Amino acid sequence: MSASPLPAPPASSTHEPDRPRPTSLTDLFVSFTLIALQGFGGVLAVIQQQVVERKRWMSNEEFIEEWSVAQIMPGPNVCNLAMMIGSRHFGLPGAMSALAGILTVPLILVLCLALVYAQFASQPQVQGALRGMAAVAAGLIAATGLRMSVALSKNVIPLALCIALAATGFVLLAWIRAPLALVIALLGGLGCVLAWRGLKR
Amino acid sequence: MNAPILVFGWHDWLNLFAHFLMLSMMSLGGAISTTSEMQRYLVERQGWLSQTQFADSVALAQSSPGPNVLFVALLGWNVGLNTGSMTAALGGVVLSMIGIMLPSTVFTYQVAQWAQRNRQLRAVRAFKQGMAPLVIAMLLSTAWLLATGGGKGGEHVDNWPLWLLTAVTAIIVWRTRLHLLWMLVAGAVLGALGVV
Repeated sequence: MSASPLPAPPASSTHEPDRPRPTSLTDLFVSFTLIALQGFGGVLAVIQQQVVERKRWMSNEEFIEEWSVAQIMPGPNVCNLAMMIGSRHFGLPGAMSALAGILTVPLILVLCLALVYAQFASQPQVQGALRGMAAVAAGLIAATGLRMSVALSKNVIPLALCIALAATGFVLLAWIRAPLALVIALLGGLGCVLAWRGLKR
Repeated sequence: MNAPILVFGWHDWLNLFAHFLMLSMMSLGGAISTTSEMQRYLVERQGWLSQTQFADSVALAQSSPGPNVLFVALLGWNVGLNTGSMTAALGGVVLSMIGIMLPSTVFTYQVAQWAQRNRQLRAVRAFKQGMAPLVIAMLLSTAWLLATGGGKGGEHVDNWPLWLLTAVTAIIVWRTRLHLLWMLVAGAVLGALGVV
């Protein structure tokens, strides 16, 4: 709340003057480390809760805007999002601190988990447990896809065409096993053209 | 189950690195959406990982806190282990993580700055909306491949309780706000008891 010596954020237009901010690069790193460590099977929900509701670094609307870009860009969504939040406050060094925070400690943890798992990999119960978790993990990913599919009804591409594009993509990738680059070029390109034409009207 | 035993030359490491660099730029909707492509390349084409190692890597990363992209580190780790040493495994982690993160991070940072300033542009909106159906198809096909244990002839195709668990999870997560950790615990318990 007191006047801070920090540089002005890049996207200052929508900022309220008294909004709390991360105090330093270390604060960003530690905050995102703690966020990552609370996120099992997906970090997005924790980021939203911490950054918007607890720390109040950004409003819900700003958060949704950033998320739509983070989601559509190549790269892990939550890493993109952490990077974008970091860069709002401290530019490139902020982006790197947030990214390092969300990755470093979880990376060490997952490698330790892999080492422990290797000791017990031959136990049928452990194999069973992991098989069960893999099935749940597949369900989590499907649920993310299903949640996002709700947004298709608001797309400028007519819903029937959206479903046709998504279904064709699914058949090509899951059943025919076509290379991803080809599918992105064909269906992604077609989608962009359809959306471009839809936006004209 | 049996892990392949590999002899890796520098060009193999380079291929691995280059593949992740390329996948990085294709990972729209998250690194997890390129899982089917990684499975095709690492397991089916190169034979660097067994299907079990691949599926275990994804499941371990999902059941560990942090971004899902960490399964890529485990893939690199296991490829390295298959060549026979812990040093190679750490090398695999470094190569695969730098590969999957570097291009997308540089690109996204630049584009995010630009898109933030130009979010009313028709091209920006057309890209956002035009990619949406494909992003969903990528997520669903990844779920499909994980649930079946790798497409046609996958090892879990006949295991209907496992399928059911995947489907029930998808519906519960989609429709409720139950903490994801409980779902993973339930999956682990069901699996350990031999139900699925």
